[in-house]
Amino acid sequence: MNSRIILTRLGQYLLLSALAVLCVFPFWWTLVTAISTEGNIFAFPPTFWPQAPSLDNFIEVFSAIPMWLFYRNSLIITLSTVFWKLLICSLAAYPLARMKFTGSKLVFGVIIATMVLPSEVNFLTNFITLTRLGLVNTYTGVILPNVVNAVSILLLKQAFEEVPQDLIDAARVDGASEWIIFWKVLLPLITPWLATVGILSAVEAWNEYIWPSIVLSKPESFPLSAGVLYLRGTFGSSTRVVAAGTILTIVPVLIAFLFTQRFFMRGMDGAVK
Amino acid sequence: MAQIKLTNIVKHFDDGNAVIHGIDLDIADGEFVVFVGPSGCGKSTLLRMIAGLETITSGELCIGGQRANDIAPAQRGLAMVFQSYALYPHMSVYENMAFSLKLAGLKAEAIDAAVQQAAAVLQITHLLKRKPKDLSGGQRQRVAIGRAIVRKPQVFLFDEPLSNLDAGLRVQMRLELSRLHQELGTTMIYVTHDQVEAMTLGQRIVVFNGGRIEQVGTPLELYERPANLFVAGFLGAPKMNLLAARVVSVTDSLAELHLSDGSVVHLPVPTATIQPLATVKLGIRAEHIAIGPAGPDTVRAVVSVVEFLGDCCLVYVRMDGMAELIAVKQAVGQGMLKAGDLCTLQLPIEHCHVFDSNGRSVR
Repeated sequence: MNSRIILTRLGQYLLLSALAVLCVFPFWWTLVTAISTEGNIFAFPPTFWPQAPSLDNFIEVFSAIPMWLFYRNSLIITLSTVFWKLLICSLAAYPLARMKFTGSKLVFGVIIATMVLPSEVNFLTNFITLTRLGLVNTYTGVILPNVVNAVSILLLKQAFEEVPQDLIDAARVDGASEWIIFWKVLLPLITPWLATVGILSAVEAWNEYIWPSIVLSKPESFPLSAGVLYLRGTFGSSTRVVAAGTILTIVPVLIAFLFTQRFFMRGMDGAVK
Repeated sequence: MAQIKLTNIVKHFDDGNAVIHGIDLDIADGEFVVFVGPSGCGKSTLLRMIAGLETITSGELCIGGQRANDIAPAQRGLAMVFQSYALYPHMSVYENMAFSLKLAGLKAEAIDAAVQQAAAVLQITHLLKRKPKDLSGGQRQRVAIGRAIVRKPQVFLFDEPLSNLDAGLRVQMRLELSRLHQELGTTMIYVTHDQVEAMTLGQRIVVFNGGRIEQVGTPLELYERPANLFVAGFLGAPKMNLLAARVVSVTDSLAELHLSDGSVVHLPVPTATIQPLATVKLGIRAEHIAIGPAGPDTVRAVVSVVEFLGDCCLVYVRMDGMAELIAVKQAVGQGMLKAGDLCTLQLPIEHCHVFDSNGRSVR
């Protein structure tokens, strides 16, 4: 019996290790490429250990393209997307979770139905809409289509449903309006869920490449994900510098995730209980 | 003035299910009334209707002489204490208590004075900075009551507020609630399924069953003169002994009843209320049955179980032809019985109740 448990455990660890290698490997290879200054990166078999490591490639990235400007642009787009998404999705989720109104199930069904559509399907209609609104080449144009999504509404609806009815009743007897109940009682209680949606949205917004590339045409307003591709043209495809630029793009998200993952995990705990 | 008047109150849920079937009730200003009944009898729903948290399908609710059916909960001048305490977990005790006053637009000094005063009354001043998760059950309950007190409501509503506390704390909080009512003199409505809480707290008790009122009265009235079998069985611990009997004759308002083991009992009853050959229940409480020598109107039984309660003991005896055991309360040391002993039960006429086949009390 004991050996059976040990074998099962061993199998589980092997499987998880293989999955971890699959996930980490691309990042590791990019990192090795970015910090190496010697050797052929297209050599076979490839080398997975840095050769003559240095930070020269990273320095070159900063001198080749306006990285700080791209960081600033990415930050504006990401923070604005997260802020508006949390506000709008929670405002949409609250009535669906807590108010009785005719057609609430239909509305929720329609919102859920949008999950089957890939975001690329909306590019054309969204672009035409933005053009009519005069929002092409603006951050608002980049942010607007991303501030509502069905998954976020679904998660926050579930969060609101988990708050005990007694708390809402107590607030109502205390004289709270529907807005006060939402703002002062319920929102603070679903903070872990808000953090989860916030982190997911931040990663998504930070990494978004195609949509900002479509909406924005001026390089000075590009976010990192789009701006870093300028490295290819500038250096005639210097793969090491492009890899360094890629690492510089990923690192802020990784750091942010490391610091906020405890909120994220708490939110996900609630999701499966 | 905070008298409450309920006139033909009916509640249907959205699925058409009726839970309250026409309640009429008057609660006087300053009165402590307890709603008691088994789970699902509608007592909490009625309390929530008074609070404004449930709509009233039909009927009229008046608070302080004013029709309140369509008045928002916060405008009804009531405060409610919930079973789960319903303290806002992200706020400190102070913020919890100050919340309603802030919403009412009071100035910071007035809020502070009200919170400090309520905290002093409930002896929770030292807890004001803590969050609810850092409090014990009893402390949370005090905070919940404090949150209600600061609003200086006309009526307090309590929805099973002690049911999450352990037995010792429940007794302590019960005493504190009685003291609070004496101090504040405010109308209080208290919902519980615990008949001991109902008997000890209420000036009047309203017994509910299946969305209807079974009886309203003082604890003593309900205990000594239950209107029907339900009330007789619900109030009192142990519950009233109910012995199946058949009326053999009624002469000069004296009924002769035959019990299931063949014993005969004679009881005075109003002639019009009972007919010969009718099946009835003879009710008598455990403390009113005496164990003594055989004679007229006595019943023979065998001791089944003896429970010692410290100051007294409960002797459960079995009578021929009756499935349920009969409880008899006995002082400790008084000719102590043990399982298997034969005994004779004396049923004092003045403490016997008779319920007709519909469960209504006829004596």
